[in-house]
Amino acid sequence: MSDNHEIPLLQLKNLKKHFRLNGGAMLHAVDGINLSIREGETVGVVGESGCGKSTLGRTILRLIEPSSGQILYKGEDVTKISQRKFRPYRQDLQMIFQDPYASIDPRKSVVEVIAEYMLIHKTYKTRAEVYNRAAQLMDMVGLARRYASMYPHELDGGRRQRIGIARALSLNPKFIVCDEPVSALDVSIQAQILNLLMDLGDELNLTYMFITHDLSVVKHISDRIMVMYLGQAVEIATSEELFNNPLHPYTQALLAAIPEPDLAMRDVPFKTIKGEVSSPINVKPGCRFCKRCEYTKPECEGTDKPLIEVTPGHFVACELHKN
Amino acid sequence: MNEKNILEIKDLSVIYKTDLETVAAVNGISIEIKHKSTFGLVGETGAGKTTTARSIIRLLPAVGHVTSGTIEFEGKDLLALPEEEMRHYRGNQIAMVFQDPMTSLNPVMSVGDQIAETIKIHNPQLKNEEVDERVEETLAMVGILPSRKVEYPHQFSGGMKQRVIIAMALACEPSLLIADEPTTALDVTIQAQVLMMIKELRDRLGTSMLMITHDLGIVAKICDDVGVMYAGEIVESGTVQDIFEGKNHHPYTEGLFGSIPNLKSKAKRLNTIPGLMPDPTALPAGCIFAERCKYATDRCHKEHPKVSVNGTHKLCCHLFDNNGCRKEEE
Repeated sequence: MSDNHEIPLLQLKNLKKHFRLNGGAMLHAVDGINLSIREGETVGVVGESGCGKSTLGRTILRLIEPSSGQILYKGEDVTKISQRKFRPYRQDLQMIFQDPYASIDPRKSVVEVIAEYMLIHKTYKTRAEVYNRAAQLMDMVGLARRYASMYPHELDGGRRQRIGIARALSLNPKFIVCDEPVSALDVSIQAQILNLLMDLGDELNLTYMFITHDLSVVKHISDRIMVMYLGQAVEIATSEELFNNPLHPYTQALLAAIPEPDLAMRDVPFKTIKGEVSSPINVKPGCRFCKRCEYTKPECEGTDKPLIEVTPGHFVACELHKN
Repeated sequence: MNEKNILEIKDLSVIYKTDLETVAAVNGISIEIKHKSTFGLVGETGAGKTTTARSIIRLLPAVGHVTSGTIEFEGKDLLALPEEEMRHYRGNQIAMVFQDPMTSLNPVMSVGDQIAETIKIHNPQLKNEEVDERVEETLAMVGILPSRKVEYPHQFSGGMKQRVIIAMALACEPSLLIADEPTTALDVTIQAQVLMMIKELRDRLGTSMLMITHDLGIVAKICDDVGVMYAGEIVESGTVQDIFEGKNHHPYTEGLFGSIPNLKSKAKRLNTIPGLMPDPTALPAGCIFAERCKYATDRCHKEHPKVSVNGTHKLCCHLFDNNGCRKEEE
């Protein structure tokens, strides 16, 4: 959208993560992702369970080491540097985890959880400063200070997720991977957390990668959306474009499968796609979706389909939209 | 009991009592499910939806006690039946599909045997070959190859497991099916497949259904009547038209609709309901939603509202007078 010479905040080049299984088979969790994320934008990553979206998020932060490909942060290649040298980058690159029950140390009080990263990175000279900052962060995410000395088990899911957010913000990051941050929460609490994340994004000029399986959430929060299927990106477009004009048959199927709270749609049957996600083990080249696709042609198999820019900013990897 | 209804729940209250505390899980709810129709019970975690379902088939955990009310199924009060007789209903005339397909199957029994188990218990006169035949029929009905009956649950994916569970529930052709969040653990495309299948089978077999869900989209697609549950009470109920198209709504229903990110609207912020559900060990004396309600008055905090009825639409809120219309500002 803005000028093209600007260096993206984060760039992924042909990023792959293959896991070796017992017996030598390879599980292609992330299979060649190319993506540029500009400063201040929110990129949504959507897909069904097992499509590699969480692995992608973790690979970017090198919580899982990529198999091949490059991760560029502000133009610098951070893929190959040692974990020790990567550490300073961790202050800029943070993560909010899916399960607010499992991602927080149950033996630390709320304020200790939030202070932990600052103590590790020695952000402040004295503990008093660290705890002061932790208290400020609690205000920022809407946690009353009286919870400071409570333990996570005393709090509900929504409040715990606020702890996770405060912790991720504690090092003043530039980029946050949100891995299904609201999927464990009830709708009314989910709305509170989504609003909070959007407010913080504007206030602190954060860049988000928002991983979710929920299309209505992703539409609400994202500027651009990447749809993943079996480790690959099948379509990338702005949020509005993707919902108004989905091109890939998988994206179309995903959109058609959402039950909408609207009586007008009551008697319109779902357009369901047959079958289920096939196995990501020892995948053969070719369109990953072709076995479930109603438009399959012989050309769909054999070679991987690259993302093609159909209209400016709208990329799709499909034989149907080659030209 | 009304002839039209297959199930009538009247003034049901359930508590969970432990040495430490008493949790009021369900507080005086009434539900009517008509023959061949689907009733959707909507609400958030902890609203008491599953407790209600489990009370119907009498599978409450040991700490759960029904303190008041009746559950009439085809004219018989299920709560008054001796356990022996209840077994005749459970699994046979009333079947339940549980939420989590990963944990509700027996991992060391083939799926065919698990389906056969239900059929044998309720039809002891059937020969083994006949049971086998029924198992294959049921599997085919939910779209699983009958030859897969010898396989074990771990060989099936999540969506397929849920199909097996639905097959088990439908094996004895129950007249009432209770589905407790049957698709919550599934991906959207698989959810769409399973929902369409449930809908199709329900229409073909003429089964009445109690559908428990937190997804208003599923309600709009599948249900005929809806009850919105909050902190153990039904705060609003009516036909889907009343709930989705009616003018008057309980403030909680309003909040619930506002919280869903809408695919069509471009609203930048979601309308949230501030605060949390009240602690079920110490429910407030007045309206249970008053703490979080933007319209709350002094009266709401002190006095529990009565149900106001307007045709099929029932509301439990002080904002509405006896015929369910919003009162003019005083």
